[in-house]
Amino acid sequence: MTLADARALVGDFAVFEHDIQADQRWLERLADYCERYTPMVSCDPPDGLLLDITGCGYGYDGEAGLVRDVEQRFARIGMTMKAALAYAPEAAHALARFQTVPASDEYLAVRRLGITALEAEPETETALRRAGLKTIADLATRPSAVLTARFGDETTDKLARLLGKADSRITPRRPLPALAVERRFAEPIAKVAFALDILTALAGETAQILESRSNGGRRFIARFFRSDGAVRDIMVETGLPTRDPAILERLFRERVDALADPIDPGFGFDMIRLGVARLEPIAPTQLQLEGGSVADKEVAELIDRLSIRLGRNRVHRFIPRDTHIPEQAELALPAIEAPVTAAWKEPPEGEPPMRPIHLFDPPQPIEVIGASVPDGPPARFRWRRTLHEIIHYEGPERIAPLWWRMAQGEGLTRDYFRIEDVRGRRFWIFRHGLYGTERQNPGWYMHGLFA
Amino acid sequence: MVNMKHESLLSIAALRRHIASIERHNGARSTEIFAFGAASVDQELGGGLALGRMHEVFAATADNASSAAGFALMLAIRASTHGGAILWLRQEQAEFQAGRLHATGLAELGLNPERLILGIAPDTQTLLKAAADSLRCAGLGAVVIEPWRSPYAIDLTVSRRLGLAAEHSGVTAILLRSDAAPVPSVAQSRWEVSGTLSTPLAANAPGGTTFDIKLLRHRGGRDGLAWRVEWNRDRQIFHETPLSGAILPLPAGGPLAAHGKVTPLRQAG
Repeated sequence: MTLADARALVGDFAVFEHDIQADQRWLERLADYCERYTPMVSCDPPDGLLLDITGCGYGYDGEAGLVRDVEQRFARIGMTMKAALAYAPEAAHALARFQTVPASDEYLAVRRLGITALEAEPETETALRRAGLKTIADLATRPSAVLTARFGDETTDKLARLLGKADSRITPRRPLPALAVERRFAEPIAKVAFALDILTALAGETAQILESRSNGGRRFIARFFRSDGAVRDIMVETGLPTRDPAILERLFRERVDALADPIDPGFGFDMIRLGVARLEPIAPTQLQLEGGSVADKEVAELIDRLSIRLGRNRVHRFIPRDTHIPEQAELALPAIEAPVTAAWKEPPEGEPPMRPIHLFDPPQPIEVIGASVPDGPPARFRWRRTLHEIIHYEGPERIAPLWWRMAQGEGLTRDYFRIEDVRGRRFWIFRHGLYGTERQNPGWYMHGLFA
Repeated sequence: MVNMKHESLLSIAALRRHIASIERHNGARSTEIFAFGAASVDQELGGGLALGRMHEVFAATADNASSAAGFALMLAIRASTHGGAILWLRQEQAEFQAGRLHATGLAELGLNPERLILGIAPDTQTLLKAAADSLRCAGLGAVVIEPWRSPYAIDLTVSRRLGLAAEHSGVTAILLRSDAAPVPSVAQSRWEVSGTLSTPLAANAPGGTTFDIKLLRHRGGRDGLAWRVEWNRDRQIFHETPLSGAILPLPAGGPLAAHGKVTPLRQAG
């Protein structure tokens, strides 16, 4: 029916554009909500959710009780829904959408579905009908070789999965945590401080389990399920595997304090889950006489805290890279995962510093006056509105671009000069491009400042 | 009346004991020092600067920021000769505007970059909070705290908090102010740094890292002193050079090379 036809019939009604994105977001949010029942949740767009609730009926009076709970909760947030329980995801999907006649059990129910439940191509469906095959039961009794020959692999595969003859599983939306503990509340708790206390208790439980496996966690995810359906994740990460509840508590508090938008308990949380996403064995540590390992551990814990407060990409350790391009010669890695040891080259003895302590990225253009050609240094230059008179210089240190880029005509040779002006400032400047061959009028740049 | 007097005497005695206990607590950790290596500086400082205290480094002018940063690093290296990581806390604006901290360049000043942890804070408040927390970690060698401008954020309360944390853990704090004027603080010493002309090497090449340093303030010591020092990367100590300002006719190679072998030809680049 077109919109004009509908208006002619009913007259006065509101019209909205179909917002597929918003629908998808809402479905994702409902999926988050359903993770209270099982971590195995996947979206079945456009309007379905698939939950693997095998072994999850505990606390709900069995699987039927769990379904009742879902229905109640969804009714509370204003969603009408149709739930179906079956032995395979495809079967549940089909039962929820196409079941018209009741049946005593799910196997029978699936067999009584019409062939529309196959959701095959319209031509296939028509062909099946013409052949007099009207229900799934009709197809199930035929030998599959015959069906494959007539209707193709796809139909028989789908049928096998629908009947539970082929293995079919849910791919969860998120990777499952290696370990998870949770606590549910009869009354939602509306205080964040109390929720954090519960989290500490959960951390204690986790610690016991981890201890029995002599493991520690590297990444912990606390998930707060709000009673109105919103779910909030808080993640902390540690550089060394840990299972100490006190450390975890401190990290979580740190994280919650540093949140840009604080946790909003709304009408309260009714479930909190603590998942350990990464497990690693904890090696027994031996104390060194000088207390080296204690100091290392303290620093590692400090790095964890700083990484949580400032963000993991704001706490760096440096590792060297094997390249002669100055700005690429080192890599700032998140300290939480960077290796502590790296092979740095010792500077040659008796030489002054050859590299600046502050590096500009990108280099800043300078105005050069009186540079001697073809490869001499400037006599003076202007940078940040100040004129610098050069008195000492060393160079050029010629740094060629990467040869494979030079072959493509990209990249220019840089001639670096270590210079000192009359007032004792030390700079690292370069000429971008060889005079005459690469550039007629090469530009000059300030790349760094020496101490 | 007599009774009252007796009571007030008692309470005064109790107060005195209390004050004495506070003073004992503060005085207990003031013995360890780190030396500069340059005899004249160490002599005036009474052997060196105190470990586990806060020291302030100011750039004489804004364009001496890199020299001040270099001097702060050198102090941190001197203060952590026993080892331990050096944590450098900066602000995002500094990384963007004053240039990224270049680990290779720090290695050229004698710091093994393995020991360096760089923390970048979005604003001064976060930086100072992180600094106070870090200073409580006794596993660190030294902490360099580099707030970006903003002179108002650092008041006496903040500096006292940092100072106490440093004192408690024994980690030396270097407060690096590149573009700010001194404000009252509890720092043990306050330095003003400007880069100065180095003794040129062969072929008029810039020599070792040379600074004019001015001791603006030294708790329990003399202040208002000035020196010209050169950093010896290989031995990780300062050397003094004459404060005359004139370039002395030293043999080619300069004081840096004089410690090792004098090579008539240097490899340039």
